[in-house]
Amino acid sequence: MHAWRALMGIMGREGLRFIHQRERFISALVRPLLWLFIFAAGFRSTLGVAIIPPYETYVLYEVYITPGLLGMVQLFNGMQSSLSMVYDREMGSMKTLLVSPLPRSFLLTSKLLAGAMISVIQATVFLLIAAAYGIEIPAIGFLTVLPALILSGLMLGALGLMLSSFIKQLENFAGVMNFVIFPMFFLSSALYPLWRIQESNPTLAFLASYNPFTAAVELIRFALYGHFNLNAALITLFSLLFFLGMAIWGYNPSQGMMNRRA
Amino acid sequence: MSHNAILTLDNMSYAYGAKKALDRVSCKVEEGHCAILLGPNGAGKSTLFSLITHLYDAPSGTIHIGGHDVRRQPLKALELLGVVFQQSTLDLDLTVRQNLLYHAALHGIKRREAEHRIKEELTRFGMLERAHEKARQLNGGHRRRVEIARALLHHPKLLLLDEPTVGLDVPSRKALVDHIHALCRDRQLAVLWATHLIDEIAPQDDLIVLHQGQVKASGRVREVLEQTGQETIEAAFTQLTGRKERTLW
Repeated sequence: MHAWRALMGIMGREGLRFIHQRERFISALVRPLLWLFIFAAGFRSTLGVAIIPPYETYVLYEVYITPGLLGMVQLFNGMQSSLSMVYDREMGSMKTLLVSPLPRSFLLTSKLLAGAMISVIQATVFLLIAAAYGIEIPAIGFLTVLPALILSGLMLGALGLMLSSFIKQLENFAGVMNFVIFPMFFLSSALYPLWRIQESNPTLAFLASYNPFTAAVELIRFALYGHFNLNAALITLFSLLFFLGMAIWGYNPSQGMMNRRA
Repeated sequence: MSHNAILTLDNMSYAYGAKKALDRVSCKVEEGHCAILLGPNGAGKSTLFSLITHLYDAPSGTIHIGGHDVRRQPLKALELLGVVFQQSTLDLDLTVRQNLLYHAALHGIKRREAEHRIKEELTRFGMLERAHEKARQLNGGHRRRVEIARALLHHPKLLLLDEPTVGLDVPSRKALVDHIHALCRDRQLAVLWATHLIDEIAPQDDLIVLHQGQVKASGRVREVLEQTGQETIEAAFTQLTGRKERTLW
C-alpha cells in the first residue's frame, strides 16, 4: 500500500506540474507541428517514399514522418525530464524523493512511469492535431498506437533518467542536445526510410538500424496502422531495461553520480 | 552506544577522490536533544548529512538511526528521519498543501490521515491560512516553516536541519530557532542542526564542533566549555578551529 500511495503521489505531482507548466506543453507541441506543417510540406515533392510496410500504397511525406514526429515528441519529453532531474538534483528536490523510505529502484521507476504518462498525453494531443490537419490514420490506429506510445515513452524516458544520473552539472546538458538528441533523431527512420539511407551510405544505415529510436519510431509506425512490429518492440523493450538498469546503477549511493559531486 | 541515542555515527570517513571530507567522525544525538553541528563552511557538514540520509554510501564507518544501520537497513532508518536541506526543496508551482500531500504519499500516509496531519502541522507553524497558496508566493521564512512542517508530517524521531536559517531575516531566524527548541522539548524529538552561526545555540543544547572533517569537541555546551577552558562558545570555537564566526542576530 505504501508503494502504491507513493506511486500515485509521484504521478499526481508530475500531472500537476504538467498542468502548471503550460508553456512547456505548448512548446513541446509547436516543435513537431513546425516539422509537419512546414518542413514536410516543403519536402513533399523532393522526397518520394516507395511502398514499404506498413503502408499499402504510396503515401505523402507528411504521412511518413508523422510516427517519427510522435517519437520526437517523446524524445524531447524524455530529455526535458532528464534536464529537470539534473536541475532538481542541483536544487535539491530530487533529494526529497530519494530520502523517502522506499527502494531507490522503485522511486526511479515511479518517476519514469510519471514522465511516460506525460509523454503519452503530449504525443496523443499531437496525433489528434495531425489527424485534424488531414493525416489519415485508421480509426483502430488511435487505439493500437497507445501501447506503442507507452513503451516508446518509457524507453526514451529511461534514456533521460540514465543520462540524468551521469550528467554532473546542468551546464553539461547542451552536450546532450548535440550528442544524443540530434544524432538519435537524424540517424533514424523518423525522417527518411532506412533504404534511402542505405542507398547513400550503408554504414549510416547500419547504425540507424540499431538505433533504439528507430525501433521506437517503427513500433509506433506499425501500431498506427494496427500492425505489430515484433522486432522493433523487442529492441525498444531491451533498450528500456538496459537504460533503466543503468539509471538505477547510476543513482546507487555507492556507485554513481551522487558521489561524484562537483 | 547510549541506550537512548537515536543517531550514532561511528568512525565515519569519506573522501571526494583524494580530498578527505570526513575523517573518522564519531558522535551521537539523543532522544529529545537538540544537537548543534557547528562548523565553518566546508567543514564537512553537508557531506555528513548526505551520508546520514543515505544519498551517499561511506566506505568506512557506520551510521545507526534508531538502531538501524543506514547501509544495511536504509528504509527502516529513513522512516525515522525528517530532513530539511539547505536549499529549499519545495515545488514552487504547487500549493503548500499539494507539497505536503506529495511528501505524505512518499511516506505512505493515508489521504485522510495526511489531511489531518497537514492541518495539525500547519496550525502549529501558523501557516494554515496559507495552505492553498503556491509555495512561490511565500517569503523565505514561511517557506522554511512549511519545509519543517513537511519534515515532521511522518512523525520522525530525528530531524536533520542543514543550515535552515540561511537567507532569513533576523525575526524569522529567531522565531525558527525558538520553534525548533520547543519541538525538542515538547515532542521528545531529536534534532541535528548544522550551522555556522553560534547565536543559534541554546545553553541546554549538545554541541558537535566539526572542523576540516574532524570532530574537534562534542558534548553538552557546558562540557565543551569545560574541555576548552573557555567561557563563551565563541571563544571555545575560535580555540578549536582557529577562526572567528559570525554571531550577529
